[in-house]
Amino acid sequence: MENKEIITKVNYFLIDEFELEEDQLIPTASLKETLEIDSLDYVDLVVIIEKTFGFKVKGEDFVGIKTLQDFYDYIINRAQAN
Amino acid sequence: MNRVVITGMGIYSTIGKNIEEVNNSLYTGKSGIGFEQIRKDLGFRSGLTGIIERPSLKGKLKRRQRIGMAEEGEYAYVATLEALKQAKIEDDFLDKTDVGILYGNDSSARSVVESYDILKEKKDTSLVGSGAIFQSMNSTITMNLSTIFRLKGINLTVSAACASGSHSIGIGYYLIRSGLQDVIICGGGQEINYHSMGSFDGLNAFSVREDQPQKASRPFDRDRDGLVPSGGAATVILESYESAIKRGAKIIAEVIGYGFSSNGDHISVPNVVGPAKSLEMALKDAQLNASQIDYINAHATATPVGDLNEAQAISKVFGPKTPYVSSTKSTTGHEMWMGGASEIIYSILMMQNSYVAPNINFENPDEYSAKLNIAAETIKNHNIDIFLSNSFGFGGTNSSLIVKKIK
Repeated sequence: MENKEIITKVNYFLIDEFELEEDQLIPTASLKETLEIDSLDYVDLVVIIEKTFGFKVKGEDFVGIKTLQDFYDYIINRAQAN
Repeated sequence: MNRVVITGMGIYSTIGKNIEEVNNSLYTGKSGIGFEQIRKDLGFRSGLTGIIERPSLKGKLKRRQRIGMAEEGEYAYVATLEALKQAKIEDDFLDKTDVGILYGNDSSARSVVESYDILKEKKDTSLVGSGAIFQSMNSTITMNLSTIFRLKGINLTVSAACASGSHSIGIGYYLIRSGLQDVIICGGGQEINYHSMGSFDGLNAFSVREDQPQKASRPFDRDRDGLVPSGGAATVILESYESAIKRGAKIIAEVIGYGFSSNGDHISVPNVVGPAKSLEMALKDAQLNASQIDYINAHATATPVGDLNEAQAISKVFGPKTPYVSSTKSTTGHEMWMGGASEIIYSILMMQNSYVAPNINFENPDEYSAKLNIAAETIKNHNIDIFLSNSFGFGGTNSSLIVKKIK
């Protein structure tokens, strides 16, 4: 899967499932402060990542992910490793 | 002691999605019962059920507000919005006042079943998602509505089987009467999915008149063969008389009596003594004689034994001359955890509009229902100043409420 395709899929579920606006999806945006992803949302991110990309994420994997770009990078690395 | 009044009502039911629709259905005796094939496919003895459409709340509530809400919570949200609007209670009042919530609910099965299905397939709890736990608890309605409406008073779910909704109003009445609360959102909600009903179906308590769904719920009729499970949600805003006057709210009715009892007997088979005790306690609390009641909204679910015992209990308390009696479950089906609250609303609508809703499908009485003055058809132009509503549940929990017109 190409990186661009991965980012498109991530953006799709952030808009469709998490009801974020497309113009909010700036790579430097903070997941917590700007996109208001809270601790319960991370639980749902695990579910939707498994459904979308077929791999499981542990809650602690999110510790170092601060921005949307960090999130894209993490998904890209895991998807490629798979 | 404070007087306790009702200043708002809201409902989402199988016979209407708001007060106006429900009033029209009640008056005409329109049934909300249908047939669901999937129940038969799953081995249910009866495919009969109340039919209701889930409200679409996307765009009306934020994702986080919706995701933990089971279907009965959605019904309760819609009903509560309508009730708050009628009571003219807005955000500013909710922010400044310790408004409470007491809501009847006694199951939330679907989320439990669906979560277990995920575990069986995925073997990983992290893939269940964040909403399931909040959907699965009996307190799902109160936990969600108290968050959405930012409530700061009492926050409690009342689980008392098919008397849950009635007890929620009764306990709210006590809290306001004693001065502990000024305004409480009371009500009852009931899920209507097949996930929750399989075990109940297995007790052979449901009607199997599947070829005539709208004829299936026949409370007090000689040929009744069981109840029809149903659901939805009903909300009343209970308020102290002083608070209502101070706010300039329109007072709909006054709660003047609450009676309760426990049979201390069989887990599912009702008796006569327990319900009669509840009725008598409510009359005593209201300082009324039985002859002063203008209408009884019976619990009667259309089970052979339940209706028989309630008919005897009513006769025991009211003697040979009873007021009009009807069971609105003939049209709605058995709304269970919701029923005690919805039936207060149904009865208030009759009181406001001077009619008695028909106990449809009452074609032939049995030995005991023959002694009651059952409204088989709509009784038009009938003044109701005071009514009594009964609710009884598994475990022998009984609740009776008496409500009076405000003149």
